[in-house]
Amino acid sequence: MTNVNINVHYVTRVEGHGDVVVDVKNGQIKECRFEVVEAPRFFEAFVRGRPYYELSHITSRICGICSVGHSTTSLRATEKALGVEPSEQTVLLRKLLFHGEIIDSHVLHTYYLVAPDFFGVNSVIPLAKTHTDVVLRALKIKKLAGDLCALVAGRHTHPIAMTVGGFTYLPNEAGLREMKARLEEARADMDATVELFASLSWPQFERETEYISLKKDEEYAFIDGVITSSDGFTYPIEDYRKVTNEWCVPFSTAKWARHNRESYMVGALARFNNNYDQLHPRAKEAAARLGMKPLVTNPFLNTAAQVVEMVHSLEDSIEIIDQLLTRGIQQEKPPVVKLNGGGEGVGACDVPRGTLFHHYVYDERGICTEANCIIPTNQNMANLNADMQAFLPLILDRPQEEIRLLLEMLVRAYDPCISCSTHFLRVQFV
Amino acid sequence: MTSEPTARNNGKPKVAFFDFACCEGCQLTVVDALQTHLDLLDAVEIVQFREAISDRGEDYQIAFIEGSCTRKSDEARLEKIRAQAAIVVALGACAHIAGVNALKNLHPLQDVRRWVYGDQAEWYETYEARPISAVIEVDAIIPGCPIDREEFIRVVKALLLGKKPPIPDYPVCVECKLKENVCLFHVGKFCMGPVTRAGCGAICPTYNDGCEGCRGLIPNPNENAMKDVLSDAGLTVEEIMSRFTMFNTYRVSK
Repeated sequence: MTNVNINVHYVTRVEGHGDVVVDVKNGQIKECRFEVVEAPRFFEAFVRGRPYYELSHITSRICGICSVGHSTTSLRATEKALGVEPSEQTVLLRKLLFHGEIIDSHVLHTYYLVAPDFFGVNSVIPLAKTHTDVVLRALKIKKLAGDLCALVAGRHTHPIAMTVGGFTYLPNEAGLREMKARLEEARADMDATVELFASLSWPQFERETEYISLKKDEEYAFIDGVITSSDGFTYPIEDYRKVTNEWCVPFSTAKWARHNRESYMVGALARFNNNYDQLHPRAKEAAARLGMKPLVTNPFLNTAAQVVEMVHSLEDSIEIIDQLLTRGIQQEKPPVVKLNGGGEGVGACDVPRGTLFHHYVYDERGICTEANCIIPTNQNMANLNADMQAFLPLILDRPQEEIRLLLEMLVRAYDPCISCSTHFLRVQFV
Repeated sequence: MTSEPTARNNGKPKVAFFDFACCEGCQLTVVDALQTHLDLLDAVEIVQFREAISDRGEDYQIAFIEGSCTRKSDEARLEKIRAQAAIVVALGACAHIAGVNALKNLHPLQDVRRWVYGDQAEWYETYEARPISAVIEVDAIIPGCPIDREEFIRVVKALLLGKKPPIPDYPVCVECKLKENVCLFHVGKFCMGPVTRAGCGAICPTYNDGCEGCRGLIPNPNENAMKDVLSDAGLTVEEIMSRFTMFNTYRVSK
């Protein structure tokens, strides 16, 4: 009978510290789970007592990869709490900046973290010698995404110019025109990216689950909207707790979440399944090339859904720049914030790894008195563990090393962001 | 996964990256530095970098550590790195000055734990956030939240040449003047530039946002004069303290 004993202490090529623990005796699975061992950081506790204008700058520090996502969500929560309405130009610039982060984060995950498994190497570094064109393309797209974020907000990791109600700095039209030309030129790199990922043979595994994301009538939702579920539920974002239902598990410093079933999934695949109709036509073409049409139930294809989203974000960035150039950049200053006795607000964005919520309460001096942040990776923890438990019996006849690699690949497919979640990753086979 | 034997390193210095409580934005900045400095990979051999590679070499000379120490059980890991590495570099504000992690030190620890984890607070270990220099000796710092890509390259070059890394000890104001920025105090804003260590190219004031002190204070800062300037700019005592504590809680609570 099969015995498998795996204990991967710290899964590599993920953001943060988590372990995979597997124990199989005589073909019976005793343990199969993903543990989060990252040190907790207590953001929700220590933003209490801070003035409203600091919140987006502090909470961006939850994550270096999705700091634009945290900043945007934080600002939306503060703006709703204090009754600040961002201008049309601010909304356009935030969308453009957000696309920069979607491309930046997705290129990091697809090329740097996932692709090495398919080339049979330990990292992107050996690929620099064996597949130079692939690595140079990844570096080029990453630089483009970083430069796009820098154009709008000064830099990608911990954006500077984003503030309550608007921006402290505005890009000039020449910079936008130059960026548009570079984005158009990058279409060839996106086509090559789609071809590369279409050529990979993804592990075969299907398990349908509940897919949750934001949704908007007018566009593929990244910022604001309503919460939607593939099981047919819709909630205003203020009711996020009805969806997330967080609870603590002893082996994880990241909390878990469940809604209509034992677990649900957020992220690129959930958005793809829920909002496919609103993808840019070129992104739909990319999906067709990758063999994807909703409902996609293989979690490994979360990475492929990220490729589709990169195409979408590139195309939508070009369209947004066109709109900005047609309107002309207005030298707007962020509105003066009137505290009006304080207030309470919930912000929600679909950041690269899924739906993110920030919820704040401010007192009459604009000082934060309560805060709650619900992170995509936490929402995915129960689902990832359910996937591992369903996947393991299908691969138990394989050599132990192959089982270990496939489980690590499943963890990586979720693109877990553990720094965020503890606010999460180890693989142990005990 | 174990590292290859030393035979393949051709005498290049072996470098490892580690992280403790942080957002990994500084390591990401290191990865991004490859966009413009891919030749770095010819100068050093990276034997461990969990965020980006699967190798786990334990034979290294230079250790870059991102993040603050926030639990007693992490001290042994830091000491192990110190025992192995000839040079330990604090990478970014969390490792250098405890950064935003130290904001939790402003609250009673039990209160902070209960606020986030409720009745299960006892399941999760934590203590007051501290820079890694509070636990082990540090040979060099790369300040900032996040680190500056170009400064990272300068420090690595200096270390490879056996020189002391060139970290400025003058304030951000100097860099603002060199860039001919309009002083933010003159346009009704406020800024920690007068007392904060330069080297970032005054990036925040350049984007019209006041310096928040992420690179730590300069040696011998005139903190009282800084408080007066902030008071004159209309900040309440509470707001002045929040400017000092955003990144420098660990220092100001000493």
